[in-house]
Order: sequence, then structure tokens, then C-alpha cells
Amino acid sequence: MNTIKQILGVLWIILAAAAAYFCVFEFGLPKLLSDQQDDLVFGIIILFILTPLIVLGLGTFGYFAVIGEYNDKKK
Amino acid sequence: MSKTSTKGIWKVISASSMGTMIEWYDFYIFGSLAVVISTKFFPSDNPTAAFLSTLATFAAGFVVRPFGALFFGRLGDIIGRKYTFMATLLLMGGSTFLIGCIPSYETIGFMAPLLVLILRLLQGLALGGEYGGAATYVAEHAPVGQKGYWTSWIQTTATVGLFISLMVILATKNALSPEDFDSWGWRVPFWVSIVMVGVSYLIRKNMDESPVFAKAKKEGTTSKNPLKESFGNRYNLKFVLLALFGATMGQGVVWYTGQFYAMSFMKTVMNVDSSQVDTLLGIALLMGTPFFIFFGWLSDKVGRKYIMMSGMLLAILFYRPIYKMMYTTTDVSYKTEITDKRNQSIDTNKNNDKITSISKTYTDGTSYIEKKTDFADKKEAQTHISININSSDEWTLILLVFIQVLFVTMVYGPIAAFLVEMFPTKIRYTSMSLPYHVGNGIFGGLLPAISTYFVTHAKQAGKPDFYLDGLWYPIIIASVCFVIGMIYIDNKNKTNHL
Repeated sequence: MNTIKQILGVLWIILAAAAAYFCVFEFGLPKLLSDQQDDLVFGIIILFILTPLIVLGLGTFGYFAVIGEYNDKKK
Repeated sequence: MSKTSTKGIWKVISASSMGTMIEWYDFYIFGSLAVVISTKFFPSDNPTAAFLSTLATFAAGFVVRPFGALFFGRLGDIIGRKYTFMATLLLMGGSTFLIGCIPSYETIGFMAPLLVLILRLLQGLALGGEYGGAATYVAEHAPVGQKGYWTSWIQTTATVGLFISLMVILATKNALSPEDFDSWGWRVPFWVSIVMVGVSYLIRKNMDESPVFAKAKKEGTTSKNPLKESFGNRYNLKFVLLALFGATMGQGVVWYTGQFYAMSFMKTVMNVDSSQVDTLLGIALLMGTPFFIFFGWLSDKVGRKYIMMSGMLLAILFYRPIYKMMYTTTDVSYKTEITDKRNQSIDTNKNNDKITSISKTYTDGTSYIEKKTDFADKKEAQTHISININSSDEWTLILLVFIQVLFVTMVYGPIAAFLVEMFPTKIRYTSMSLPYHVGNGIFGGLLPAISTYFVTHAKQAGKPDFYLDGLWYPIIIASVCFVIGMIYIDNKNKTNHL
């Protein structure tokens, strides 16, 4: 189980990077550049709140998993 | 460690739950009255006011709650749970009451939306601090092995708060004429809050501090810097991240889908009459609420993890079939119209806009009203559809919403106990509040906006079942959370600090 936890850590890091791409280029920037006021606020929240949270949070979680922080013996 | 007697804990539960329920009530009436509030404070023809309106909706719901969690969490870990959640109660109640007192945009101009925004932000801050305090306070009073059961009473408050807000608004609407409600009656639900807050404050004032925290304080083992110890310490940070990505993120989207997405889906996609939606949602919530207690109790017996993860898995598997059934239930293209009863009228209003009304009646008792406005100034025409469903369809929808509330109770019932057990007393309030409010406020709170984006995108692409695409967001988030939760969370909580 510990090996699975560590291998999946890589997946969480990749997922964080993929989420960063989608949050910035698919959701955030197009909304930020739109003329609509609602879209502007939505874009700001996506880019400056959700993106850092997913990228840093999930990325750190993945890193912790890779180095074995969540392995049973360390709890 | 001394624990509270059963009689004593009921007192603790009543005081904590009532306050938390009032805070949720306060928070929801703003959302439930959003339409009338926008006409009074945020005129759409003024771009700055419209911008403030969006900020008030988004910022308080999403961005501010985690800040409230950090601010009040820190305070709760330093000075105590009791005084902190009394402060959040007063802040929330005061802000809500004052929103009901602000003169409209017509009277004081730009100050009106600005004041509403400030008070709404204070509401968000207070909410961010309240939940962690109440859950911690109850858990620290609860007997060993019963924390899931006792904290689940706190878990009912969000749903009961929503239910009461819907009922107070419905009762006010029924007691007044539509003109009076629009003129001043919408303020009543805001004013009612101050009475409830006053009573709850008096009850909470006479409560004792949590025995666990009082002991820690006496021994001098409380934290000097809870923020640093919570998030600057790797050992604790990894549990904060696990709580967020393995539990609260998925719980947040399941919660928002079952209660708010269901409501907005029925109102805006299915075009069901707004009062009918409020009523059927109220019934489904009422039917579902005891299950918070049931699953909280069950989590003491079989562990928190598998109940929460089962709720997430069921949601992932059944959301699309449930919403497809909901949509089909009121789809008039499947119904037979009584053509003799069709009415059509064309009027012109004072602005010279042409209003075309069509009403249709169907053999099963469903009625359909469509109002199309062609504006004299050549603005894009607006169509408003309202469907009044029959009793049988109403019960079908109640059942389908109830099933979603059941998923909510599975993921939400045990989560307070799960979170409080994860962190030690000295940083518990701070550490559990942040993942909870990020999961609910940000991952859950962004659900309506992101789901609407998916639906619009699918509609533009011409997908026949475009209305189901909004569900991809909760399904993807809950799936990631499910995998993380299943693999990384231990059912026998080895970090149980209580």
C-alpha cells in the first residue's frame, strides 16, 4: 500500500499541473479578458484563488506522498 | 479527562447548534433574496453597482470564509472556543440585521451597495469562524466513542438553517401583498435574525468553556502561534492537506450539488415555478435531516471513512441519471397539451415594449406560461418560462432531491468528528476550520459558476443533453477526492487526538 501511495503522488503532481493549465488558459484568462463584469470577477477568483490552491496544495500533497510522508510507518 | 454528562451535553448541543443554525440562516437569506436585493441595491444599469453585486455574491461565499477560518480559528486556539464563537454569532447577527436596515440605492445612492458589500463580507468572515468553533466545542464535550453522534447535530444546522430561511421567506411572502413584500417586507427575514441571535447569545453566554481547552489552558499547553504550528509544521500541514483533498473538497461539491445546484437546476434549467421549488426542496431537506444524525451515529460504530467515501461514490455514480430523470419529469415535450385551453395575449407596457404571453395546460395537470418581451429599444428579446408542475411530478422531484440530500448526509454527517479528531487541542480550531472552509467555500462555492460554464459551453456546442454537463465539475472533484480518501485516509484514525 505504501508503494501505491508513493507512486500515486506523481499522479497528484501531474494533476496539479494539468489543473493549472485548464484554470489559467481555459477558464481564467478568457474570463479575465471578457467584457462582462461577472466574468471578470470569476476570472480573478479562478486565477488568483483556485489556481494557486490547486497547484500549490495538490502539488505539495503529491510531493508529501512521493517522499512517503503518508506511509503507514510515519504516522 | 472529565467529560460532560448526557444532560449537560444536550445543553451544549442546543447552545451550539442553535447559534450555528442562525448563522446559516443569516447567510442563506441573502442568497434566497438575491433577486429583490439586486433590484434595491444593485441596479443593473449601473456597472459599478453590478460589479459590487458580483463581488458580494462571490467574495463573501468563497474568498472570505477561509480568512474567517484563519482569523477566528487562531483566536479560538488562543483565548478559547466559547468566546470566539460568541463573537462570530454577534458579528453575523449584527451584519444581517443591518443589511435589513440599509436604505435603497434610490435613497442613498452608491453608499447602499457599498454598505451591503461590507456587511456581506463580515457575514462571510463570521461564518468562517463559527463552524470550527461549534464543532470543536461539541466534540470536546462529547463522551469517547460518541463524537460522531454528538457532532452530527451541528451538521444538521446548515440544512436546517437553509430550510428555516426558505420557510421565513415563504411565510413573509404569504402574509404580505406582493407590493408590500417588494417595498419593505423583504427586510423582515433580516430583522428576525436579531431576535434569534439575542436568544442564542444569552444561552451561549452561560455555557462553560470546553473542558479539554480549559485543561490545556490551565496546564499552559495552548499554542502561542496556532497559524505557524498548523501550517508551518510539516507533520500537521500534511494532515491539513489530506483533510482538504481527501475529504472536504469532495464533501463540499456533494453538499452544494445536493442543495444548491438542485435548486438552481429546477428553477433555471427546468423552469419550475420558484415557490414550488422552495416548497419541494424544503420537504426533501426536512426528510433528509435525520440522516445526518444517523450517519454520524453510524460513523462511531463503523468508522468515518467508509461512510463518507460511500456517499461520494454514490454521488459520482448517480448524479447524471438523477438529473436526467429530474429534467424528463417536467419536460413538456413528453406531455399532451389540451389545445382548447391555450391562451395567448399581446400587451404593451409603459416603455412601449411588446409582451407576448402564452399559457398552456397539459392533460396531467401541468401548466406552462411563457412571457416574451420584445424591447422597444431593440435590445435582445427576453423570454421567461414558468412551469407549474402537478402533484405527482412534485413528489417525483422531492424523491430525487431527497436521494441527493441522503448523499449529503453521508459525506457531511461524520465530517466534523473526522476533522476534530485529526488535530491536537492546541491548534484544532485553526487546523480544522481552514480545510473545511476551503473545501466548502471555494471548491463547493465555485460550483454554480463552473457548472454554468460547462452547461453554456455544451449548449453552444449543440449537445442534446447539455443540461447534464454542469455535473462534470462535482463528479470530477468528488472522484479525485474519493481516490485520495480511499487510499490515504485510515479508517482507524491513528491520529485521533480526542
